[in-house]
Amino acid sequence: MKAFSYERVSDPAQAAARAAEVPVAKFIAGGTNLLDLMKHEIEIPKHLIDVGGTGLDEITPTDEGGLRIGALVSNAALSADTRVRKDYAVLSRALVSGASGQLRNKATTGGNLLQRTRCGYFYDTGMPCNKRSPGAGCAALSKGAATRQLGIIGTSDACIATHPSDMAVALCVLDAEVETVTSTGEIRRLTLDEFYQLPGDTPEVETALQAGEMITAVLLPPPVEGRHAYYKVRDRASYAFALVSVALIQAPDGTGRVALGGVAPKPWRRDDADAALPQGASAVMARLLDGARPTQENAYKLTLAERTLAALLAQE
Amino acid sequence: MNSSNNVERHPKTVNPDSSTFSLTVNRERHTLTLDNRTTLLDALREQLKLTGTKKGCDHGQCGACTVSVNGERINACLSLAVMHEGDDISTIEGAAEVGHLDPMQQAFVDHDAFQCGYCTPGQICSAKAVLEEIQAGLPSHVTKDLNAPIEISDAEIRERMSGNLCRCGAYANILKAINQVAEVRS
Repeated sequence: MKAFSYERVSDPAQAAARAAEVPVAKFIAGGTNLLDLMKHEIEIPKHLIDVGGTGLDEITPTDEGGLRIGALVSNAALSADTRVRKDYAVLSRALVSGASGQLRNKATTGGNLLQRTRCGYFYDTGMPCNKRSPGAGCAALSKGAATRQLGIIGTSDACIATHPSDMAVALCVLDAEVETVTSTGEIRRLTLDEFYQLPGDTPEVETALQAGEMITAVLLPPPVEGRHAYYKVRDRASYAFALVSVALIQAPDGTGRVALGGVAPKPWRRDDADAALPQGASAVMARLLDGARPTQENAYKLTLAERTLAALLAQE
Repeated sequence: MNSSNNVERHPKTVNPDSSTFSLTVNRERHTLTLDNRTTLLDALREQLKLTGTKKGCDHGQCGACTVSVNGERINACLSLAVMHEGDDISTIEGAAEVGHLDPMQQAFVDHDAFQCGYCTPGQICSAKAVLEEIQAGLPSHVTKDLNAPIEISDAEIRERMSGNLCRCGAYANILKAINQVAEVRS
């Protein structure tokens, strides 16, 4: 790990202003992804701004009838909140299917969203990676690369990594918004779709956040009635990233919403796929995975995604 | 308090890459001046000489470094020591009272819940927290009803212990040990 200076701030706007002002600064909250990457010297910040004291650790009702989740609320606390368990069960389910008990106690809502989109080659500093060194090339796209876990849609010729968050997939299906404060003190609200950027030619850019901009909260709209479910398929029963995951909210009349995890650089959802839900899993995936570009090793995800949704729909 | 305050209060701390901070470990307060890179794990082991907490993977994957911070279990390897100003930390050294082991330690002995023992401090710290988390109603991936009280079961314990690896494969006896403590409590 490279040396860095450190400061604590007590106000989100102050944090954002400092992050824009100090060269190569990063926010740190739970630190579970950032410190891991700093140990690998994949992230090399010169200054850390500890935002743990900014008071963003509460879940409060909004005037619209939803919930405002402070950016520092831990994954464990969010999964256990009685309002979330009752009215946003898909979010609770997604959270407890991610990481380990120890990590969920430390990982924050904002940090979970900002964990890096990644693959094994991003972590392997001996291999080329366009995210680590723009223009270096992508080891995952070289001949014989191990791509079984990697993305099948929304990817590019520069990067085929996936975003590993389960929480974000649930937030996507819930139409959640990300609230931020910019370095000039402006408050912005972004949908998950606006927040996450596709890799294109610039896979090192993962979000729409501007220099210094900090996540302050996630806003949940009023509860969506119906069955909430999150089905994560992985190589072991616990503490593993998704090969494919499906977040589902379905009304008694069969209509609803579907988002996929484990297949793309961001939670994957399409309006026309949602509209096809009453026709079943095959109709949904024909739309949701239209334009997919899997590798030979991960083409199984096309079938797996459809069967995972079919299995969810077959449950009562 | 921020680092600039630290500098003023501790004139020797002129290196911007280090900080002075205080934390409580096993009911004892310590003030440390350390390189900002020092993890909580390294501070415990190398500075405070509390070597019960183990370094396994150093990347949050194995759980050997599990400690309790303000009552919640975390991976000490993925946390900077400087970020624990004012925190209350419990390690395996703080588990036993003078003269008798913590019930979870005793249960691990009773059920031969280890072989080499390297993962054991983390397993015990994690197991103690698991029972508290179930009692507090924190749901897990295998909890069937999110809105009902959670019952302790083998499946709940296994799922909640998935962040602690044991290369010797003592899992079956670890499960028995945790169940023993859970039964005594209920």
